[in-house]
Amino acid sequence: MKRKGANNTYFGNITEAFDTLISGLKTTWKHIPLARKKRSAKNVDSDKYFEKQEGLFTVQYPRFEMPVPEKGRYQLHNEIEDCIVCDKCAKVCPVDCIDIEPVKATEEIGKTSDGTPKRIHAAKFDIDMAKCCFCGLCTTVCPTECLTMSQDYDYSTFDITDHNFPFSKMTEKEISDARADLEKAMEEKAAKARKKAENRATSESSEKSSEAAKPKAAKPKFKPRPMKKKIDSDTDDNKKDDN
Amino acid sequence: MISFLFFLGFLVFYGLIAIYAERKISAFIQDRYGPMEVGYKGLLQTFADILKLLQKEHIFTFAADKPLFAIAPTIIFVAMFAAFAVIPLSVNITGSAVATGVYYALAIVSLDILGILMAGWGSNNKYAIIGAYRSVAQIVSYEIPLGLAVLGVIMMSGTLDLQEISLQQSIFYEGATKNAESYLFGLKFLGINVGKYGGILSWNIFRMPPLIIGFVIFFITSLAESNRAPFDLPEAESELIAGFHTEYSGFRFAVIMLAEYGVMLLTSFLAVVLFLGSWSTPLPNIGALKLADWTSGTPGSISADLWGIFWLCLKAMTLVLVQIWIRWTFPRLRVDQLMNLGWKYLTPAALIIIFIVGLWKLALL
Repeated sequence: MKRKGANNTYFGNITEAFDTLISGLKTTWKHIPLARKKRSAKNVDSDKYFEKQEGLFTVQYPRFEMPVPEKGRYQLHNEIEDCIVCDKCAKVCPVDCIDIEPVKATEEIGKTSDGTPKRIHAAKFDIDMAKCCFCGLCTTVCPTECLTMSQDYDYSTFDITDHNFPFSKMTEKEISDARADLEKAMEEKAAKARKKAENRATSESSEKSSEAAKPKAAKPKFKPRPMKKKIDSDTDDNKKDDN
Repeated sequence: MISFLFFLGFLVFYGLIAIYAERKISAFIQDRYGPMEVGYKGLLQTFADILKLLQKEHIFTFAADKPLFAIAPTIIFVAMFAAFAVIPLSVNITGSAVATGVYYALAIVSLDILGILMAGWGSNNKYAIIGAYRSVAQIVSYEIPLGLAVLGVIMMSGTLDLQEISLQQSIFYEGATKNAESYLFGLKFLGINVGKYGGILSWNIFRMPPLIIGFVIFFITSLAESNRAPFDLPEAESELIAGFHTEYSGFRFAVIMLAEYGVMLLTSFLAVVLFLGSWSTPLPNIGALKLADWTSGTPGSISADLWGIFWLCLKAMTLVLVQIWIRWTFPRLRVDQLMNLGWKYLTPAALIIIFIVGLWKLALL
């Protein structure tokens, strides 16, 4: 076809109008028989993703989902069995959407799947996906790789508070038991310290006991010791962060 | 009476399938699925929508002119539906046998605009009133070429009776009182009378070839008549929400919607009757293959009725399909572009067609 608007005369306009109208109608008509073809479930990672350019492009969503990239940033998931409650994720989070309440255990409470000993109970491990900015920083700092972004992206709810995902599996009783154990251990420790202090000097004993109760309040300052054993290169980075 | 009952039922049935077809075709053109949930492939979607609309509340805005607002959908629907009275269905069923059928149909369809203006004014809504104004401004531009395009047919057939026009184009041409003989491409000197061949050759656009352009003009203006894209200025959804029916809800909205699709059907019926051979078959008799006779039935019997209704509806539906196709292809015209098209291009063209038809009839027929 000639250049548009080149023939700007009365009859030129009429011819051009018919030409363009008919080519427009042809363009749309071509799509109708193509409607028999459907979009294939090819992942965006696939080399052939852009090859299919014709046929119905939309998908009937809840019944058919397009596969999403494995490493995409979707919903956060914490494998709580592997979590050592180091609190790094909560610290690095730019929007403070991770809420952790650690309770120190008196002894090692188990091992993660990569063999790291767990020493802290997660009384509370909440991630508020409504606040999340999907930066993925928490997943990079996680020493045991228990905090990941899953492929689940459809978690819209009617109530915004439903976007708060609790990951802790501890019951109220377990939490209070753990607290009581910790308290007991603390007391014993304090008593021991007192005894030591008494042995040294009786005048300083009262001050020491009040100091001994302190670590309970300063819980989040816990240093992730297990990592140091595991991965050496990471340790240096983390040290820098902590400093 | 048969005609009335047929059209009443057919209009509702047509409304259901046309809206479904519109949604599906638009979806396919845009590489989407369209309705898929209700019924097989979404077939019952329109039915569900109508059912929902019937249950809805009639909302009257506080500042609405209530009597006008309430009665406007009825006027729009009645004006549209009354025009169906003169559409002949087959060689036996003539509908209302008015001698001035074409004139009546064009006149009563124009009443439609009154309802639109009432709806727009009564809503007391800026979008509605702008839509109504546009509609009224638009009618001046397109009704003239519309009337002129029809005039060419009337000159050719020498009658205003739609059944008479239909008979002239069919193999039952002996029933017509005048201008019954049709010659191949309107050329009498060739000496080929195509009346007994019937079929597509005896359609008005082939009896009088200049009417092909007349048909194009009629079709373009009929799009404007039914407020369809690319002439949907009165309801331009991207600018005016829904134009004159912005404030309507529930059953009244459903009636306006049905009337809109009804006008599409009506203009298609009129185009078919005037230009495309009405209820006659498109298949001609070729030698021993009496295709036209086989697909026309015998006059006076039920077979002729069934064939007549079948061909008429098939042709009209094809035109409706083209209207839908056009809607989802072309962008909307601006008001000045519509005026430009109506006055500078369609009206002179229609006048020239009338002139040529007149000369042709004097010189060659």
